[in-house]
Amino acid sequence: MLFHLAWATLTRHRSRTLLAILGVAVSAAMLLDMVMLSSGMRVSLRNLLLSRGFQLRLAPKGTLPFDTDATIPNASNVIRVLRTISDVAAISPVLGGQLHVTVAGRTITATALGVVPAVQGDYEVTQGRTPSAPNELVASDDFLRASGAMIGDTLSAATGYDPQLRSFTGRRTLVLVGRAHFLYMPAEMRAVALPLATLQEMRGGEARDRASLFMIRARAGADVADVLRRIQAALPSVTAVSTETAMRQVDQRLSYFRQLAFILGAVSLAVGFLLVTTLVTVSVNERLGEIVVMRAIGVARNRVVLQIVMEGVAIMFVGALAGLALGLVTARYLNSILASFPGLPAAIDFFLFEPRDAWGALGLLTVAGILAGIYPSWRGASLPIAVTLREEAVG
Amino acid sequence: MSGAGATLLAAHDLRREYHMGEELVHAVRGVSFQVARGDYVAIVGPSGCGKSTLLNLLGGIDRPTAGTVTIGGTRLDQMGDAELTRFRLRHIGFVFQRFYLMPALTAIENVELPMAEARVPREQRVRRARELLAYVGLGERHGHRPAQLSGGEQQRVAIARALANEPQLLVADEPTGELDAKTGTEMIELIARVNRDGTTIVVVTHDEELARAARRVVHMRDGVIVGDGRQDVP
Repeated sequence: MLFHLAWATLTRHRSRTLLAILGVAVSAAMLLDMVMLSSGMRVSLRNLLLSRGFQLRLAPKGTLPFDTDATIPNASNVIRVLRTISDVAAISPVLGGQLHVTVAGRTITATALGVVPAVQGDYEVTQGRTPSAPNELVASDDFLRASGAMIGDTLSAATGYDPQLRSFTGRRTLVLVGRAHFLYMPAEMRAVALPLATLQEMRGGEARDRASLFMIRARAGADVADVLRRIQAALPSVTAVSTETAMRQVDQRLSYFRQLAFILGAVSLAVGFLLVTTLVTVSVNERLGEIVVMRAIGVARNRVVLQIVMEGVAIMFVGALAGLALGLVTARYLNSILASFPGLPAAIDFFLFEPRDAWGALGLLTVAGILAGIYPSWRGASLPIAVTLREEAVG
Repeated sequence: MSGAGATLLAAHDLRREYHMGEELVHAVRGVSFQVARGDYVAIVGPSGCGKSTLLNLLGGIDRPTAGTVTIGGTRLDQMGDAELTRFRLRHIGFVFQRFYLMPALTAIENVELPMAEARVPREQRVRRARELLAYVGLGERHGHRPAQLSGGEQQRVAIARALANEPQLLVADEPTGELDAKTGTEMIELIARVNRDGTTIVVVTHDEELARAARRVVHMRDGVIVGDGRQDVP
């Protein structure tokens, strides 16, 4: 009956209830977005780093992978040393660079990755095949779209341009054998991948036996932290990081982001709380006569409180559910804007929906709804009956 | 049942003082009286004489500064808030001048409310609520909300609500105060019928016609009883 009374009271003031629900929904959407934002980048970056099973990365001393243009010298020696470490299962060296490709008299510049195709973890072939000969390459959708090249085409490529001679350097004829999705590249980036040795050779002396990065997969069941320690001991001239170490460094860099998300999330929670408190207070003040009459006819104080709190909780709960939907829509929209940030891998999501977080936000709002309803309802239910009735009668 | 029997309600040296700003108001000053089971008592007197305050004390919605109130052998003035609330629920019915129905509920739901609070099973309380609405002459209006009912109809629903848990005592504060003369007369007849059917009634009123319908009239002035007499009921 009390639930029915709470529901009937809410539906009696439809417009007010609807506006309150909308207000809570906006607040809930913002809270959810902030919760999603606070963990989205971190979780999606972690998922991305682990997507191909490489738990360890080697970068030039003092840098993060691809953080600078610096490279690691004596790449073949690094590989030899790594192979002496028993729990290292796979090593994927990567060299970054640029490739200028001339197609039909037009030159397209692309980011080039030199990889060992058999063990690489940078791309997934979506059409055609991975390079199996030194003069083969795969390219991204955007490269293919911009160049008009097709699988099977022979392309004239170069890694450099000499402005004095006005000619390309490091020239090579390459055959396009596949279309690939590059995991760590930003969206709409022209990218190609070719065998490491080919790219090193094309770049000449500056890149001979060098790599920008080594991705390392530990054997299944191996203690990654232990493997990392052994690599660090064996190769003190490079920076070795595990995914966890990288995440800690990313965490440090994202701390402002998280603080901002936390503050805005707290603000939106507070706004929702105040909104419901105000609404319940107004509602209680309007119905003092009803409330004290309920007490007079024998409805227990805690039952009166429960009935009013239920109204607040219902508004908060329905508003939170609507807010979840609204939050997901706005997160998707905002994500599409933020994803176009230059240099960010397309796979990175700023707003990552995780059911646990969503339920957490919903739970927080519901608790806020309960708390928001308790004070005004307790105050209303605790008013002296006779005095309040007299004051109500006087008006 | 029409005659008065053993004592149902007893007030002894009842006092109620409260502050109004700086001033201490002595609303009830040592009232002692008894109401027999089945009786119909009207408390009358000029505005501000303390009759509503006395009624609130008798009905357990206000606490005396001193003195005792006993209903059916139970001391109300010694009860805690929760116990007193339960007592009101089971033993006292209230009718107010302004009806005070729950506007969000229908007539039948308003009558059900005290029964739901008393944990009467749904089927049983719906049946009784229908019977009570029929009893007060609103059998066909049970699905209407208060805003769809006239003042007289709302007061009838309020009486049905007051009778829901078969109280020993029904207290009514100016039950005809907001009604026109014709509707007021109908209400007086209804209250008299409730009394004839066995419910003890104490009513506070300015309405002479309502006071004439009571078996006993208590006159108050300045917080004390200045007259108490029985009268023949038409």
